[in-house]
This record gives sequence, structure tokens and C-alpha cells, in this order.
Amino acid sequence: MASRVDALFYFLCAVSLVFSLIVAIGVAFSAARYRKGSPASRKGALHDYLPIELVWSIVPLMIALFIFAWSTRLFFDMRVPPKNAMEIYVVGKQWMWKIQHPEGNREINELHVPVGRPVKLIMTSQDVIHSFYIPAFRIKQDVLPGRYSEQWFEATTPGEYHLFCAEYCGTSHSGMIGKVIVMEPADYEKWLMSASATGIAMAANGAELFERYGCRTCHRQDSGQRGPALDGLFGKQVKLAGGQTIVADQEYIRESILNPSAKMVEGYAPLMPTYKNQLTHEQVNQLIEYVRSLSPTTAK
Amino acid sequence: MNSKTPHHSVVDVDNDYIHAGYGLKSWLLTVDHKRIAILYLISITIFFFVGGFFAFLLRLELMTPQGDIVSAETYNKLFTMHGVVMIFFFLIPSIPAVLGNFLVPLMIGAKDLAFPKLNLLSWYVYNIGGIFALYALVNGGVDTGWTFYTPYSSTYSLSNVVPVVIGAFILGFSSILTALNFIVTIHKMRAPGLTWFKLPLFIWASYATSIIIVLGTPVIAITLCLLAFERLMGAGIFDPALGGDPILFQHLFWFYSHPAVYIMVIPSMGVVSEVVTCFARKKIFGYKFMAFAILAIAIFGFLVWGHHMFVSGQSVYASLVFSLLSFAVAIPSAVKVFNWTATLYKGNIEFRTPILYAFGFIGLFTIGGLTGLFLASIATDVHLTDTYFVVAHFHYIMVGGAVMGYLAGIHFWWPKMTGRMYNEAWAKFSALILFVGFNLTFFPQFILGYLGMPRRYYVYPDEFQVLNVLSTAGATILGLGYIIPMIYLVWSLRKEKNVGANPWRATGLEWTTQSPPITHNFETTPVVTSEPYVYQEEANVVG
Repeated sequence: MASRVDALFYFLCAVSLVFSLIVAIGVAFSAARYRKGSPASRKGALHDYLPIELVWSIVPLMIALFIFAWSTRLFFDMRVPPKNAMEIYVVGKQWMWKIQHPEGNREINELHVPVGRPVKLIMTSQDVIHSFYIPAFRIKQDVLPGRYSEQWFEATTPGEYHLFCAEYCGTSHSGMIGKVIVMEPADYEKWLMSASATGIAMAANGAELFERYGCRTCHRQDSGQRGPALDGLFGKQVKLAGGQTIVADQEYIRESILNPSAKMVEGYAPLMPTYKNQLTHEQVNQLIEYVRSLSPTTAK
Repeated sequence: MNSKTPHHSVVDVDNDYIHAGYGLKSWLLTVDHKRIAILYLISITIFFFVGGFFAFLLRLELMTPQGDIVSAETYNKLFTMHGVVMIFFFLIPSIPAVLGNFLVPLMIGAKDLAFPKLNLLSWYVYNIGGIFALYALVNGGVDTGWTFYTPYSSTYSLSNVVPVVIGAFILGFSSILTALNFIVTIHKMRAPGLTWFKLPLFIWASYATSIIIVLGTPVIAITLCLLAFERLMGAGIFDPALGGDPILFQHLFWFYSHPAVYIMVIPSMGVVSEVVTCFARKKIFGYKFMAFAILAIAIFGFLVWGHHMFVSGQSVYASLVFSLLSFAVAIPSAVKVFNWTATLYKGNIEFRTPILYAFGFIGLFTIGGLTGLFLASIATDVHLTDTYFVVAHFHYIMVGGAVMGYLAGIHFWWPKMTGRMYNEAWAKFSALILFVGFNLTFFPQFILGYLGMPRRYYVYPDEFQVLNVLSTAGATILGLGYIIPMIYLVWSLRKEKNVGANPWRATGLEWTTQSPPITHNFETTPVVTSEPYVYQEEANVVG
């Protein structure tokens, strides 16, 4: 993908160079040839000529539309992650990146990924707006408080790459940097195992939280009217009290934990309290992974 | 056009607007648009050097990858105040409040602006806004970036956000008052015979700018109010912790602040049109296209704000529309550049300082505009946004474009404003210094951005140092280029008032009255019969 962005970048450089030269040569030529007192003939000087005005309106317009089409096409490819992408959770805070792999590995300011596999980042911020930027991969996406944003990449060469925060976020903005470490798949598997001090899978952590906070009391198959059952829920359409439907994705589950009465499922009363101040962002992400693990088709 | 000889003007010495009253009070209570222009010139020049000093410290800090001169916190405050001061207190008022104030009535054959007292009020309002900003500055500064993004500005920043926001809010009214004054004046006070398509393009530019100011400024005023409410009372409009939406702030902010770029650069386009025609001794190529291109830029300028937000989390379909419209705004800009170039063709070009600055404008604005395509195109913007590429791009537009245009105008109309000519050799030298210094400062930043260096970074990886050192070296030259004109322009005031009414043999009503003009501008109301820029007979004669 990075090479496709670069191809467009270099094309834009070429267009810019050509137009700059046209203008520079045009100005320099006239300035030299028609300087005051030069003998060059001024006969036939024009100050209005519709055909040429149309030419230099329409030709740039065509070029602009061509670039627009190229760029937008590429952008849509850059936006949509492949179905088989592995998912990694990112939480930004002043001034560090906290990263959690589904297998449970956690790291700060480092992101280990295998080469040749699409990686989707599911990102949120604990405080202000940050931006997760890996220049070498030509990707950047703002990381917002209160919602998830996503981006994906597929690394092609093992090595270490810069990771920057690109949205100004306060005093140590320029210290909110890290490394992306791209590894051969085998090395990556080894790394997943070796760093296993924290290696309890996110979903397992989530299951533990689910018990600890007593979520099961209401969210179970036979709970009646207290809370909807969660088995097989993830990724499905849910009918809300207002009559709309919504897909039960990460965003919706997160909102339902932190602000349960915002979008009530039809047929349930707003009994659930908020867990806003009891759970960290990482724990919310673990609960989401747990809920997802209850829908075997979507679980990874 | 009549041009008075030096001998003539000695006769009418001391009946001009400068000698219409003496003492501080005669200046502070003046309602003469020309005197108010001078007051503005002094105010904005002070702010320009304040903002420039901040930039100098920033560049000095960036010489090395680690922090040396100032702390991270101070660095953040410096780039914030550099942006706030340069944009709100220098660039936005620069050409409208100085050259526009001075020239709009003169160019349309009027005695003054429609509302002279409002005009004076606008200067006071400007300074009150400035005092708030300076108060915030001496009280510890503000560290949000000039963009004031929420929720950092509303909840997390510990600095003086509210005083600066109040300052910018107040300042907006001074813009609005000036713009209203221009709109009414241009509609109602044109000399007999001066129909819309006989207006100089500087007037078209001032008019379009005024429309943008009147439509856009209230939105930023509301936005800044909401931000202050949020910060002081926890209103919950922008902070998601309070149920708000931080992206809403960005939409509101850029709805004004993108058109604000055109507030800064359209007046320069007006100046360049006047200067190029005068020193090429040729009518502007495609007058109507030029006038309509200005209007098109002003209108499209309101519809492209989302191109600042391609990676913000805004809908991809919204991004698509904003991208398309951003490409559209490139077209009238391209038309203008081509038409200036065509104006030079078969002209009779005299290399005086103003046209050197105009050449600088054309070149740098072209590069600034073309690099805008990289940012209008979403796929490349994702990589380049919030890096030094963007910093370089907008400095090419706002310094390479707007400030070069401003200096072209100051040099072009200096003899009209003061009755004196500056030292031509020094002026040419400093135009050259500025051009070289500017490119050395900002061109390396395009490369830095492509290599991935984010903007607003106090410390940075070692590999970016060489380009940063180049940039700092350029900034030193650039700074020199701004100080030299200060010296020779002020120095010129010691000279004899001897330039006559029309030292450049330019067309336009402002050159038909004496330099400096009398308080009421014209002895008798001029009547206009000819088209603007009737230079071509002369060119033909020479050819």
C-alpha cells in the first residue's frame, strides 16, 4: 500500500514540477525578452483571449479530476481492512501508547507484528485526541476519546519503524513515540510466547472481569427481562427501543458498558448502572473481546 | 495620467493628511481612513515582529534533535503564540486594514469609507483584542496550538486558554467592522462612471475578502464562545467525557479558518494584479476571468474545510466530497497565475521593487498551491497531514504568498502613503534576501514532512537534523530580509517629499491625487470614463 501512495505522491511531484516550470519559464521568458527598452516586438499583444482562458481552466480541471479519482480509489482501498486481518487494540493517553494483543500480550510504545499479515488497529484515547502515525507504512488515523477509530496495514519487510503521535496532545507530545517491530511469523509466535508474563488472552481476562463485576447475574440465557443474553450477539443486528436497529460491534458494546441507557435493546428496562469509573479502557477492550468470543463465527 | 514633477510637489507641501493635525490626539481620534491605515500599520508591524521573534526561538530550538534552549512546555507555548499572533493579529488584518483602509476610498474616488467612526472603532477593538492576547502571553502563555483543538483546550490544558480566546473573539469584531465598511463603501460610494467592471482588481479582492470576513467571522466567534463556556462551566459540547463531540469543534473551527486562508491571500492577489500591470505597462490579461476567479475562490473556499479532517474520523464520504471541492478551488487559483504570466507577455517590464515581490508571490504561491493538491488528495494527505509538509505548504501560501503580496503593496504604495521614495537598491537587495531565505527555510520542510516528521515536535529523531539546520539557517536569512525594509522604509521618511502624484506612471484614481493625499483625497470628485489598466497604448508605441 505504501508503494501505491508513493506512486501517487511522485505523480503529484511531476505535475507540480511541470506546472511550476511552465510558470517559471513563462515569467522568466517575458521578464527577459520584454524588459523595458528591449527591441523585441510587442505587436499583437493581447489582454483577453477566451480560447486560451478556457484551455488553462479546463486542462487543470481534467488533471485535477484524474488525481481525485486516483487518490479516492486508493483511499478506499486503504480504508477497508481485509476480512482476515488480525486485530490489535490501542489505547492512547498523555503521553504513551498502550497496546494489547488478543493473545493477551501487552506492550507500551512498542508494537510487535508479523510480516505479511494484515493488522487492524482498534484505537481509542483515554484523554485528548492523539493520532497513530507510522510514516513508513504511510498510515495515520486520529485516536479519539469516547469512540473507536480503526486503521490497518500489512508490513512487508521485517525491521523497526517509527511510531509517532501526530496530533498535538500537550507537553510531551513529541515524546509520545515508539517503535513498530515487524518480525518473521515464526519470530512473532516466539515473541507472543516469551512475553507471556501478561499473556492471558484478552477474552479470558474479559471472562474473569465478567464474573468479577457480576455481569452474569443479568446477562445470561435465562435472565428473563433483566438483560439481553450475549451468546451469538457480536456482529448481529440489534433492535433498539426507539425502533432503529444497530450492529452490535465494538463501538456499541463499549457504549453499552459505559453508558448503558444510551441505546437500550427493545424490551429491556434501563436497569444497568454505568461502569464508567470502574473499568479501565483496557478492561473495556477485554470485555469486548470476551463478548466476541461468545460468537464463535466472529471470534478470532 | 498626470504625473507631477518633483518641482511641482514642493508647492503643495504640508497640506496633506499627515499634516492635517498635530499631536497624539489628532491621530488617536482621527476618522481619516488614511491615518487609521497608518495606525494599523504601526500596530500590525509590532505584532509581526513579536510573532517573528517567537518563530526565531522555535527555529533556534529545532537546530538540534534534543531540547536545549527552552522547555517542552515553553516550546508548545511559542508555536501557539506564533500562530495566534501571525494569523489573527498580523495576516488577517494586514492588507485589508492597512492597504485596504488607505486605498479603497482612493481607488474608487471617494472621500473616505462609508463609516469613518466605525473604522476608528475597529482599530481600538483590534488593540483591545491584542491586549488580551498579550496579557495571556505575559501571564504564562497558552499551549493549545492556534487551532485550539478540544478536548485538549477545553479540559486538559493548564494554560491561559480563555484570555487568548477572548482576545481572538474581540479581534473578530474589528475584522467585521472593516469588512462591513468596505462592502458598503464599494457598493455606494464609487465615483461617477466607475462601474463594477471598471474597478481595479484590488477592489474586487477587497470586496471578496470582506464578504468572507462577514460570513465567516461570526462562526469562529460562536465557536470560541462555546469553547470558553466549555472550559469555564463544563458545558459538555466538545468533551466526550461530558457527552460532547470533539470533532464538532474541528468542523466549526475550520469552517472559518479555512476561508481565513483566503482572507489572507486574496488581498495579495489584488495587490499583485495592480503591480504586475503597472510594471509590465500592460492591461491585465483576462480582467473578467480574474474578477470571477476571485469570487470563485471566495465561494469555494467555504466548502472545503473538511480537507483538514481526512484522518480525524470524519465520514469517508464527507472526505470524498471535500476532496473533490478542494481540487475545484485549485482551478481559479491556476487561472490567476496563468493570467499574471500572460500579462507579462509582450509587456514592457521595468524591474522595480514592487514587481520583484510580485514575481516572488507568483512563484511561491504556485508552489504553495500545487503542494495543496497533495493535501486535497486523500490518499497522500493521510501520510502528509500533521507533518512538516503541511507546515511548509501553508507557509508558502501565507508567507510566500500573503506576506510577499503585502510587501509588494507596501513598496508600491509607500510613495503614495508618505510622499517619499525608499532606497531602491536596498529594497531590491532585501527582496532577493527574502526570496532566498524563504525558500531555504521552508523547502526543506516539505522533505521533512514526506520523511514523516510530525509538526509541533519539540524533540525529534536524529535523522531529521540536517534538514532542520538548513531550515533554521534559512530563517536567519529570512529574518534579516524582514528587518532591512523596516530600516530603509523608516529612513525614507527623512527624505524630501518629492515623488509627485504618480511616480510609477500607474493608472488608477489613487495616482491622480497628490502624494500624500489631502484629507478628503480629491480636490474635485473624479469622473471615470476609461477601463482599468489602460497601459497598452504605451506598450504598443514602444513596440
